[in-house]
Amino acid sequence: MERRVNYENDLNLMATELSLGLPGCGDDEPQRKTNPSIRNNKRTAPEISEVSSSESSSSITMSGSDDQDSPPPAKEQVVGWPPIRSYRKNCLQSSKRNEVEGMGMYVKVSVDGAPYLRKIDLKVYRSYPQLLKALENMFKLTIGAYSKREGYNGSDYAPTYEDKDGDWMLVGDVPWEMFISSCKRLRIMKGSEARGLGCV
Amino acid sequence: MAEQMSDDDERQQSPPSDLDFTSNKARTCIVTGSVSGHTEFQSPYPDQVLGNVLENVLHFLTSRRDRNTASLVCKSWYRVEALTRSELFIGNCYAVSPARATARFTRVRALHLKGKPRFADFNLMPPDWGAHFNPWVLAFAKACPWLEKVYLKRMSVTDDDLATLAESFLGFKELVLVCCDGFGTSGLAIFVSKCRQLKVLDLIDSELSDDETDWILCFPEGESHLESLIFDCVEFPINFEALERLVARSPSLKKLRLNQYVSIGQLYRLMVQAPQLTHLGTGSFSPSEIAGQGDQEPDYVTAFAACKSLICLSGFREIIPDYLPAIYPICANLTSLNFSYANITAEQLKPIISNCHKLQVFWVLDSICDEGLQAVAATCKELRELRVFPVDAREDSDGPVSEVGFLAISEGCRKLQSILYFCQRMTNAAVIAMSRNCPDLVVFRLCIMGRHRPDHVTGEPMDDGFGAIVMNCKKLTRLAVSGLLTDKAFDYIGRYGKLVRTLSVAFAGDSDMALKYVLEGCPQLQKLEIRDSPFGDAALCSGLHHYYNMRFLWMSSCRLTHQGCQQIAHAMPRLVVEVIRSADEEEMDVCVQTLYMYRSLEGPRNDAPKFVTIL
Repeated sequence: MERRVNYENDLNLMATELSLGLPGCGDDEPQRKTNPSIRNNKRTAPEISEVSSSESSSSITMSGSDDQDSPPPAKEQVVGWPPIRSYRKNCLQSSKRNEVEGMGMYVKVSVDGAPYLRKIDLKVYRSYPQLLKALENMFKLTIGAYSKREGYNGSDYAPTYEDKDGDWMLVGDVPWEMFISSCKRLRIMKGSEARGLGCV
Repeated sequence: MAEQMSDDDERQQSPPSDLDFTSNKARTCIVTGSVSGHTEFQSPYPDQVLGNVLENVLHFLTSRRDRNTASLVCKSWYRVEALTRSELFIGNCYAVSPARATARFTRVRALHLKGKPRFADFNLMPPDWGAHFNPWVLAFAKACPWLEKVYLKRMSVTDDDLATLAESFLGFKELVLVCCDGFGTSGLAIFVSKCRQLKVLDLIDSELSDDETDWILCFPEGESHLESLIFDCVEFPINFEALERLVARSPSLKKLRLNQYVSIGQLYRLMVQAPQLTHLGTGSFSPSEIAGQGDQEPDYVTAFAACKSLICLSGFREIIPDYLPAIYPICANLTSLNFSYANITAEQLKPIISNCHKLQVFWVLDSICDEGLQAVAATCKELRELRVFPVDAREDSDGPVSEVGFLAISEGCRKLQSILYFCQRMTNAAVIAMSRNCPDLVVFRLCIMGRHRPDHVTGEPMDDGFGAIVMNCKKLTRLAVSGLLTDKAFDYIGRYGKLVRTLSVAFAGDSDMALKYVLEGCPQLQKLEIRDSPFGDAALCSGLHHYYNMRFLWMSSCRLTHQGCQQIAHAMPRLVVEVIRSADEEEMDVCVQTLYMYRSLEGPRNDAPKFVTIL
């Protein structure tokens, strides 16, 4: 089972991406370790520590996030606000990621050489490894490991899917969320045919 | 000196589970009928009888406030009270030293300790600030070997501490860790393997590390005395087969709360072993892998129906809503339902909630929208506590709940005592309506997530709404305010909030007057936590008359200076005044980032980290 990664603040979709790149390359996680209002406190006089507190006078300038006249600090995420424990925030972020519209996302799965198709519910899975393992179990075949460069080269079968545009794509290239929302059907191709795809 | 209890605080800060550990439960020590160990002048016979009678009578005194009062009557009452106190509650672990506590109370069976202040939960305090359990466990190990229950909140507990606990107290029965950290599975493994009489192991909202020790496997073989096992906060898998065997050999098990690594199929297996459960945390509530077509899914409905005593349900950590109907059979019996990790819609909620007529405690996500809240209001007439958490906890997100749902709740749930409500928009009118519809409110916590946000209909500050709450809710002891608030709101609080013990303030007020109103007006104030509000040294000084009556004051990102805090420290020797800076700040600034001050019999603590300066 994957270990969950806890981040102090923001949603971190990058953590769930399937990629075999070295950790730390190509990621742009927002690191918000220091409290912005702590930095703002470094003044010689005891002034307002909170940037947007000039709005706290009785004139109402901040009526909502759409207000064009409000300075950007209104939208700046402040440490510890709203007061939700990080644990809860993290749990909810991960459950939000898994939320796909509608009840169940059944897609047809065909396997080259098999007499009939199957159907699976994509919503049940949270990651590519889970999905691939389920497919392997269901059809009693081996799909093998994915690599960005080689695809599923070296294995007997390669999983592909038809996306919203009607194109046939190799499973694993795009982030899981994107895959879930664009996958219309699955086709597990025989290795010999799939090799063409891997060379792109 | 023993601390004051805050009832509302206890009940509201923990998830809807029945913590039997309250001072209302009579815990009587074995009464020998004689006052033991006295080396004083042998009093004449009538006084001896009086002493015996007193001891016997005091055994029945359970409320710690009453006990504190009794101990002030005279020296002999003080002594006898100390001998008969079996539950010791210490609201701030730094207010009194372990040595002092164990010297006075020698026959303690249950210890309840609280450490860090609540704002530490929101990353407002650097880690390693303190609140170590270690000196306590060592002191008690020496002085009170009959200790059988420990309840810790926001304390740092190490694996060694857990080992000490298990090894020093034969017959140790209950361990409850709420919002604690510092330990891991290896500590747990030692603890469970050595505590043969263990009845309760509750890990609630605590952070523990995975040392890859199989702690579930370490429970001793043979019949277990376990009555409660809660580990829903454990963020890594456990050995399910071992858990299944443990549940099978725990006939007294009443409370079981699983973590999200337990699938619904596994939940089923546990439920059939333990139909006597009263409290169940359902784990992920989704399957671990797809049930292939043609595979038989277990009969979840029957499993739930068999649990006839089930009154408290939680979990649903990765819920697949298709499985929700499984819980229909027990809805009518539920008094407590925690959906606060279940991202469900109003439509998905309605069939469940429409059967929950007995529901008293309901925690939920705002994904159910105002419509969902209206459904709750329509059915749950016995509701006492409601908590609505945001799915998207950011300031500028869309708010699916608003004053509409809030108003509906106030109109439908007249017996409401406690509310925590996160939203993006609110109106004074709705808050005023709740103050009138729900006069029994004891805890009122409204969090309008956008800072400084006014009444979204009138554009006015939220002063009148909160004013109405303190005016009309005569039993109110805990209040958390938000939205655009001027000094006027605090004037109301000072004037009418005479019973308020806990007050949380963030991004509110215009001037020092606001804080003055509160400090001068609220005689029962115990815990005051303030962040990002324009209160300075002058305001701080206006509370000098009251600080010894408070458990603590927290002020972060306000307008305090070192000089101002220094003045307080000089004026009040029994107050510990801590100035906390962020861990990466090297030098002390003129401005105080965080002030945390509390009364204490012990003076400055000796375990303060580098980023804490005690004035």
